[in-house]
Amino acid sequence: MSYHGHTAEIPTIEIRPASGWSALDLGSVWEYRELVYYMVWRDIKVRYKQTALGIGWAVLQPLGSLIVFSLLFGRLAGLPSEGVPYPVFTMAALLPWQLFSNAFSGAANSVTGNAAVIGKVYFPRLIVPIAAVVATIVDFAIALFLLFGLMVWYGVPLRVTLLALPLFALAALVAALAVGLWTAALNVKYRDVRYLLPYALQLWLFVSPVLYSVSLIPDRWRVLYSLNPLVGVIQGFRWALFGGDSPWPLLASSMLVSTVWLIGGLFYFRRAEDEFSDII
Amino acid sequence: MSSLAIKVDQLGKRYQLGGDVGMFKYRALRDAVTEGASNLARRMRGDLSGLWSAPETFWALRDVSFEIGRGEVVGIIGRNGAGKSTLLKILSRITRPTTGGADLRGRIGTLLEVGTGFHAELSGRENIYLNGAILGMRRAEVQRNFDAIVAFSGVERFLDTPVKRYSSGMYVRLAFAVAAHLETEILLVDEVLAVGDAEFQRKCLDKMQSVVRDGRTIMFVSHNMAAIKALCQRALLIDGGRLVQDGSVDTVVDAYLAAGRVSPDEGVLPDNVPRTGTGEVRLRTVTLRDADHEPVSQLYLGDRFSIEMTFEALSAVEDASVVVGISSLDGVRAATTYSTAEGQAPWSLAPGRHRIVLDLDLVLLPRRYTLDIAIVRGSGHEIDYVQQVLDFSAIGVARTGGDSYPWATVHGYVRPATQWHQPVRQTP
Repeated sequence: MSYHGHTAEIPTIEIRPASGWSALDLGSVWEYRELVYYMVWRDIKVRYKQTALGIGWAVLQPLGSLIVFSLLFGRLAGLPSEGVPYPVFTMAALLPWQLFSNAFSGAANSVTGNAAVIGKVYFPRLIVPIAAVVATIVDFAIALFLLFGLMVWYGVPLRVTLLALPLFALAALVAALAVGLWTAALNVKYRDVRYLLPYALQLWLFVSPVLYSVSLIPDRWRVLYSLNPLVGVIQGFRWALFGGDSPWPLLASSMLVSTVWLIGGLFYFRRAEDEFSDII
Repeated sequence: MSSLAIKVDQLGKRYQLGGDVGMFKYRALRDAVTEGASNLARRMRGDLSGLWSAPETFWALRDVSFEIGRGEVVGIIGRNGAGKSTLLKILSRITRPTTGGADLRGRIGTLLEVGTGFHAELSGRENIYLNGAILGMRRAEVQRNFDAIVAFSGVERFLDTPVKRYSSGMYVRLAFAVAAHLETEILLVDEVLAVGDAEFQRKCLDKMQSVVRDGRTIMFVSHNMAAIKALCQRALLIDGGRLVQDGSVDTVVDAYLAAGRVSPDEGVLPDNVPRTGTGEVRLRTVTLRDADHEPVSQLYLGDRFSIEMTFEALSAVEDASVVVGISSLDGVRAATTYSTAEGQAPWSLAPGRHRIVLDLDLVLLPRRYTLDIAIVRGSGHEIDYVQQVLDFSAIGVARTGGDSYPWATVHGYVRPATQWHQPVRQTP
């Protein structure tokens, strides 16, 4: 064993009773960033090892929804799609939606899913939901190629605004983390959350412009509607892919709402985490 | 605190038991609380309305203060549920104290369990990195020690095999090997040496000794007094959540072992003890005695023991028999025996006091137990019945140290008498 003490830089760790709201201490999260990487890597690796289809799920999940939605809403209901073929139009929204919903539910179940580790070793607990959110990027990236393929198939031109996609994807992840932190912490205390979650996501899908266009929403409801962070994100995706109305006001409103929830979520999570190992 | 590594000041931890009554009843309690939960269970057994009363609380740790100098190796001993693990959990920042505080100088490595975060689907190599990261090791640190970890574990050939295909011995060896290479200034270790075969245990002990020589500060919880004595200079004895003794390892270990003995006049039942039955005969005293017939409150693994009871008959009873139940503190009956077993005739008791001794050849697995004793007439008509009349604990090591219960979790309650036959090689 090669152990070399560095007396000069030995930190002192102070352990005190929980005092309600505490500092976020994002510095220690940064110090443990390698653990985020390993947890993401574990989640992805395990999923692809355990499931028969492995990476195929990243494609099948959006593809399945796409086919159903296109037939139901595009063909039967004949929803308008702003001059873009309905499947492409919907796929452009399904991707950020699935990124968000996977990241959200991943984060929500992350703390309870890592109970064994949380009860046995210390690390900044924020790592857990953050890693769960980050892990969804891989599926998203794969599905992105499916979207590009679809666009080429339907002859939709690829625009330079595509380069803004990562920004909108990031906005989706921030929104997911924001609500995910609240739910992850609540889930530890009240396991009801786990049963509520799929239901909440289903409702959320319908109040987001996934199956329809934002233009269907009457003007007087727009402001209220844009409080849903997903509105700006999805509008951003459609703009980046097909052009049209500028997404920036909606995105600004999205980001504002997400940020408020995120900051609240971070503090709430930090407050709740003191109890995790006691009640998990 | 330049030469101090750990300073603990009036540390206390209170758990809420079965609290939070209302809509949401999902709050679950963890192992750390089972000891206290059993106290609650005991109270509730008599009083089910207690379910709706205010949340019960339980101090797992109370007013604990001590200081540990840099490079000291300190053993922590005490019975199951005494608060040792709670102390380690607080110092390793897994849970927060309710009162008091602690200052620790240096990075803290925690080893409360072997293989924390191991994933069955991942290969040995992958788990080394994952487990290392979870324990707080940097990637560079794992890489630097990778060969040493692999060599120590002895699983070179299976590095790329998923650990779900490992034997439990290989799994434990690999897990311990990773943890043993933590390079933190402070190391907090819970009962993890009690794993693997004898040879590997010796290897672990050697490894711990080399860690000790490195001048690191170590707190080490164990029921294995031999390991404590081999590794530590100093020991803390914790009982009922309080620090009862702090001193040289020999003094404290001896005091702990002696504390397992109780004075002979104990065992007298208080007058107001809750009892049921018609009452012609009363249970007056109960004493647990070890193989040397010494009164004890703690049994070594595999020791024969006896239960000595005194009954007072107020009037003559013709067909009396005694029933003794051994239950865990959380209310699970581990064994029941009765004096009419194997066709023995009931006793006839004249008025006066009668001493009844029961010898047991029963290997109880380590946990806290309690005795339920009844004297009945004929086919079970209850004369006197006292529940939870005497608590005692069974510990995981034998008196001689040659036998031990090898796992951290206790499965079941008793170890049956068995005869294992040597493996016989089958010739084709």
